[in-house]
Amino acid sequence: MAESLQFDLVSPEQRLASVQADAVQIPGADGDMTAMAGHAPTITTLRPGLLRVTSGGNTDEYIVSGGFAEINATGITVLAEKALHRTDFTREAFEAMLAEAREAHAAAVENHPHLVDEAAKLLSDMVAVGGHIGIGAND
Amino acid sequence: MPSLKDLKTRIASVKSTRKITKAMQMVAAAKLRRAQEAAEQARPYTDRFNAVVAGLAASVGGSDAAPRLLKGTGADKVHLLVVMTAERGLCGGFNSTIVRLARARAAELLAQGKTIKILTVGKKGREQMRRDWSSYFVGHVDLSAVRRLGYTNAQSIARDVLARFEGGEFDVATIFYNKFQSVISQVPTATQIIPVSFEEGAAASALYDYEPSEEAILADLLPRGVATQLFAALLENAASEQGARMSAMDNATRNAGDMIDKLTIEFNRTRQAVITNELIEIISGAEAL
Repeated sequence: MAESLQFDLVSPEQRLASVQADAVQIPGADGDMTAMAGHAPTITTLRPGLLRVTSGGNTDEYIVSGGFAEINATGITVLAEKALHRTDFTREAFEAMLAEAREAHAAAVENHPHLVDEAAKLLSDMVAVGGHIGIGAND
Repeated sequence: MPSLKDLKTRIASVKSTRKITKAMQMVAAAKLRRAQEAAEQARPYTDRFNAVVAGLAASVGGSDAAPRLLKGTGADKVHLLVVMTAERGLCGGFNSTIVRLARARAAELLAQGKTIKILTVGKKGREQMRRDWSSYFVGHVDLSAVRRLGYTNAQSIARDVLARFEGGEFDVATIFYNKFQSVISQVPTATQIIPVSFEEGAAASALYDYEPSEEAILADLLPRGVATQLFAALLENAASEQGARMSAMDNATRNAGDMIDKLTIEFNRTRQAVITNELIEIISGAEAL
């Protein structure tokens, strides 16, 4: 029997979703993972990416820009710094996020050499997000 | 004794003042509702965030590998005071109460022989502290162009604070803001944000798997925690400001009403006195004939 789990997606500014879902695929820092009911309690950080919620055959997609997720047997709570529903994620929003990542990267190169790798990863993650959803970075 | 004409113009001017304060009160009431909603929306995030970080901090905190943001620099010498006030006045004691608390803390720290640095957020607090404390100012964040507070505002302040911390500019950071309780009561509050402190017993840590390691997650989350706390403080402050403005303008409206009543009575008395005077003159003039 397919059990469902409680899925909550919150950002500092608002609660985006609170639904029952069959499976939630999240972009973990060490790779994507899918949480279903009965998952072992886990806390993981997120990289920028695509979050996919499946419930009753319907799939909802959100773009998240880092944060972390708390998974336990009955539910998953995703705390994202910035999250947008797939349909609200326009080219402008993507460009803005990309520009921010580029800026952070440039700042890191200049001032914090030990952070360059991290910033570069963030930037490439952002570019990858664009590739996933069919908005290429135009440069 | 003012002439009838003077009184009339005064009454008219106080009436227009009352109209303005009344309008400001209503605007503040509408903004307050929005600010409260925003604060409420942010609560689930803050609560979950703090619970998770507190759990992590409890398990990692004791070790030597704990991030500096958690265990501090080991010194307690230089304090950064982040004074968060409004960009605009006409909100009763809102700005003054924060500044008073910050001043008291600053004086206390100086008396203990510590060094202080002051970062101001919001124009009004800076203006009030400029006279005596300007030599301690290290920076200012201007939010006057911001129409709607967003998490990005908190992030940019956090980035500034964290860069200073990384640069070894201070050991302890405290934020000063007004906690919203109700329209008539806002409590000036000081909260230490670096090193991060938690309320005892807040940790409700089950046995979690961590991916990547506990330390890595904590190192990732603590800087975000600073932004989260700043954001919560900004929202509380915004709600408090509107609440304070609303009650201040309510008082002003009522005072203007009282003043109009008083002036109207004076106007009527004066008018009556003028009439009586004229009558006396006519009668005595007739009697003299």
